[in-house]
Amino acid sequence: MLYKYKWYEKLGMYAAMLVFLTFVLAPFLEAFLVSLRPLEAVFRAPHRFLTEDMSFRAYVTMWESVPNLPRYIFNSFFISCAVTLLALSCIIPAAYSVSRFEYRFRDGILTGFLAINMVGAAVLIIPLYKLMLSIGLLNTYWAMIVPGAAFTVPTGIFLMRSYFLRIPKELEEAAYVDGAGRLYTLWRVILPVALPGIIVVSITVFISAYAQQFLFALTFNSIDNYNPLPMGLFQFFGRERVVYNELMAASLVGILPVLFVYIFLQKYIVAGLTAGAVKE
Amino acid sequence: MKKKTDLFPYLLLIPAFLLVVTIVAWPLLETFRLSFTNASMRPTWNYVGFENYVEIFEDDFNEIILRTFLWMTISVVLKIVLGTVGALLLSAALPGRGLFRVLVMPPWVVPIAIGVFMWSWMYNGQFGMISGVAQRIGLIDGPFEFLAYKTSSFLSTIVTDVWIGVPLVSLYLLAAMQSIPRELHEAAWTDGASRFYRLRRITLPLIAPSIFTMALLSAIWTFNSFDIIWILTEGGPRGATTTMIIDTYKTAISRFRFGEGSARAVMILICLTAFSVIYMMLLMRTARKGESR
Repeated sequence: MLYKYKWYEKLGMYAAMLVFLTFVLAPFLEAFLVSLRPLEAVFRAPHRFLTEDMSFRAYVTMWESVPNLPRYIFNSFFISCAVTLLALSCIIPAAYSVSRFEYRFRDGILTGFLAINMVGAAVLIIPLYKLMLSIGLLNTYWAMIVPGAAFTVPTGIFLMRSYFLRIPKELEEAAYVDGAGRLYTLWRVILPVALPGIIVVSITVFISAYAQQFLFALTFNSIDNYNPLPMGLFQFFGRERVVYNELMAASLVGILPVLFVYIFLQKYIVAGLTAGAVKE
Repeated sequence: MKKKTDLFPYLLLIPAFLLVVTIVAWPLLETFRLSFTNASMRPTWNYVGFENYVEIFEDDFNEIILRTFLWMTISVVLKIVLGTVGALLLSAALPGRGLFRVLVMPPWVVPIAIGVFMWSWMYNGQFGMISGVAQRIGLIDGPFEFLAYKTSSFLSTIVTDVWIGVPLVSLYLLAAMQSIPRELHEAAWTDGASRFYRLRRITLPLIAPSIFTMALLSAIWTFNSFDIIWILTEGGPRGATTTMIIDTYKTAISRFRFGEGSARAVMILICLTAFSVIYMMLLMRTARKGESR
């Protein structure tokens, strides 16, 4: 009853959803349609949605044109997973520290992290290149993992902190009264309660790591076997004659795995949030 | 729980500190140092004082700063407004909500470079979808090349940036909405409050802190947005989409003027810091006013 809608409210909301989805999905539809056309039909005006010459040919020929495609997909996943692990091992303790303890410079440290968050990777690319060169990380996975993690840490700390703040302090105090150590309390009492938050933060980190591999790969890596998906496709299609239909086909196939992972985890996020484990 | 010189909270900070200092803080200081040099591809360089800073303001740098703030403001406002609407739709108890939740997120999940590649085809005047549909329904007479004109390319890059940013804003605000205790809505409903009234007096005030936090984070990300403009227009046509970050990258990487590029990078940081400080001050003042009422 509380959530029962009148018919015009329903109509309005479904209309809004439709507009929203059109905006969100139109580029994917366009990419899919282009991938189905033969190359000469791609460059044909006026624009038509459906034509008779559509086929899945590009999805067959692209494996010859982009022989390393499975490798790129694997690399994208591998790099993002490593970034997430590294970032979480920095984010969770730091966020716990700034949300739970009172100490000198705490607010200064928090402001410092927020300030660091303002620095985009593109701004620092020259000194970063020098750094990677001097410690010998150029052309390794590490050159894409370590900077990728560093730039997600400040935001991660901020998001994670907001979850820790919602956990009542009495929970820890009870654990301390029972004689639990502080690391033990963090590991066995706080982390399970904060799990929904940790899941949301991990997914956020994973996705942003996955979305932003381009710049680091472009600058720090020249070994094709280590290239993540966007870079792999970019260099292949940076050639004289751009084969748009195969580009779109490879892009769509390349993003399918992460879409599946997201669809799977998405239920988990929403469930974690609605479970209200963190409610007082 | 007050203890004397407790080291535990500091120890917890060490991993994050090490990572951030090596990858962000040190290169940042290095950028400041380079900005006072004439470093380039040549093997030797000298300290030149504030010469770089004087030089960049002799160009049309003021215009670039204004354009960057305009670009960022339009984009962030759109992201927050659409994100709030999106979060409300995502939280609505309607059949098909699960499907909607899944379908809204792809722009956020897909690598930015690949999403932008799709958009570059959408904006194509001859073969792209937007121009094609607009012609068919009679909005425009002939092909319209979105990325060829100053205003339209400025707006097109914003639309793509909003497209990438909205899903995360929606998801974040949805999480905030779901942390509102259900009892509040039930109590208000029992008292006969309409849906719109509950939205205005319960939902929006309670998620306001999340909205303000998200707006600041989003502003910072948008200010630093690089891939989208670079792939779509490289800052053109005739500089119409050259934001500070694009301008810096062009100077430093494309023209190999590391010293001058670093000075432009430092200006980005100064602008962003000034913006964030003013934003936070305004926010705190508003919050204090709200409390004293």
